[in-house]
Amino acid sequence: MIDLVNIPVGAAGGYALLGYLVVFFGLVLLMCVLLIMGAINTGKQKRAIEKAMPVADKSAPVLTLENTMPKATGTAGELKLYNTDPRDAAMVMAIVADSLGKPINELRFISIREVTDDEV
Amino acid sequence: MDIMGILQKLASESGFAAFFLAEGGWKNLVMILIAFVLLYLGIVKKFEPLLLCGIAFGCLLSNLSYFIGMGDNALYHPELWAQFLDSTSPYYHSYGHIMANAGLLDFFYIGVKAGIYPSLIFLGVGAMTDFGPLLANPKSLLLGAAAQLGVFVAFFGAVLLGFTGPQAASIGIIGGADGPTAIFLTTKLAPELLGPIAIAAYSYMALIPLIQPPIMKLMTTDKMRKVKMVQSREVSKTEKIVFPIVVATFVILLLPSTAPLVGCLMLGNLFRECGVTDRLSDTAQNALMNIVTIFLATSVGATMTGDNFLQPQTLYIILLGLVAFSISTVGGLLGGLVMYKTSGGKINPLIGSAGVSAVPMAARVSQDVGRKYNKNNYLLMHAMGPNVAGVIGSAIAAGFLLSVFG
Repeated sequence: MIDLVNIPVGAAGGYALLGYLVVFFGLVLLMCVLLIMGAINTGKQKRAIEKAMPVADKSAPVLTLENTMPKATGTAGELKLYNTDPRDAAMVMAIVADSLGKPINELRFISIREVTDDEV
Repeated sequence: MDIMGILQKLASESGFAAFFLAEGGWKNLVMILIAFVLLYLGIVKKFEPLLLCGIAFGCLLSNLSYFIGMGDNALYHPELWAQFLDSTSPYYHSYGHIMANAGLLDFFYIGVKAGIYPSLIFLGVGAMTDFGPLLANPKSLLLGAAAQLGVFVAFFGAVLLGFTGPQAASIGIIGGADGPTAIFLTTKLAPELLGPIAIAAYSYMALIPLIQPPIMKLMTTDKMRKVKMVQSREVSKTEKIVFPIVVATFVILLLPSTAPLVGCLMLGNLFRECGVTDRLSDTAQNALMNIVTIFLATSVGATMTGDNFLQPQTLYIILLGLVAFSISTVGGLLGGLVMYKTSGGKINPLIGSAGVSAVPMAARVSQDVGRKYNKNNYLLMHAMGPNVAGVIGSAIAAGFLLSVFG
């Protein structure tokens, strides 16, 4: 039986390695669970979109998961900037979030375009 | 009326006299100076001010009111807690004895000792955290796991330096970069080290923007740092609601010792996401969190008495804490590099360093460093995945150490 209070160095090394493996094991298992959850959810979304597609209307644009998804997710996505400096865009997003009283990561910005005086 | 007698009594009972007359009174003076330095760091330098101000003031109050052998007016009584922990004492684990003799900060400290405050802080953290980025990319969990490397390296280092197993485990958890977890584990395993460990944990969390970037630059190339990651998938509301239930069930079954922390973290998150408990979520995020922070910080600060804190081991703890943080960053980045290679260069390895918990500071550092090399790179939401995975990872690491040494 190892004395855990005055733990020998070799045993400490063993426990350290085991602990790191346990953390990996736990999180890898959790990752598998989340991947399954994600796959089920994506499948459901796909089926819902396919169900919503009008069968007769062949000329209508085809709805897929990809083209029904918004193209940007807040600060992480492909935000399109037209004649706008990234710093100004960041400020605009922060002001919008502040005005709406919502965290910025819950908002979705697709594009930001500078409106010139002629267009106003 | 014996005016001289009264004045003499007042003089001999005053703290000013105690600095010079009480045993080790000079240590109180040193601790008061340390409290001033911590207040300066919290107020002027803004190092985790919400916690550091309370910790520093708790330290100040404790050292102004407690002198060895003159504990009548003390707000915190270390000797009561020593008896509480001494298995040969008649007052072993006797909260009744504590409450009959307690000062104000002793009452506050009961919440730390019973593990209530760290768990309630986790409730608030859960209510404030959006696990969406983690759900969108569950592989982030690997980075959260990799970044726990510092916990176990520092644990091993502490054993090499002569700390006992439980003390080494408490020191190692500093590398989890999660203050409440560090306090929770230390209170259970090595309460005598609570002050230095809490100070080290919160100070280094505040110093993450200084500690991490040099390591990030050292371990990655320009090309890697410029990698722009593709947008993550959208996460449905249902997934967000199911997530806390699944994680609580799964992790607590795996490691029951994580139940207080993971249970509260996920309960708070369920309040946030389920959509029918907005009032509870709001309370957990704001009022409750603030109240508990006051109690937690002042009572942790109160444990920093001169006799306890002014020891060579405090310096070792501060040093090992830095090692733990740095190695955890290295671990996360190594995980990031592996993912960069295996994904064919699609994953920016900088997000790996965010695996060291410290939400959201570590994710912000990944974002800032990434943007330095590519102005149009927005890594924040990608880094939030490993960042919140780190919270779960450090709770599992703490659970493991608690089940081995507890």
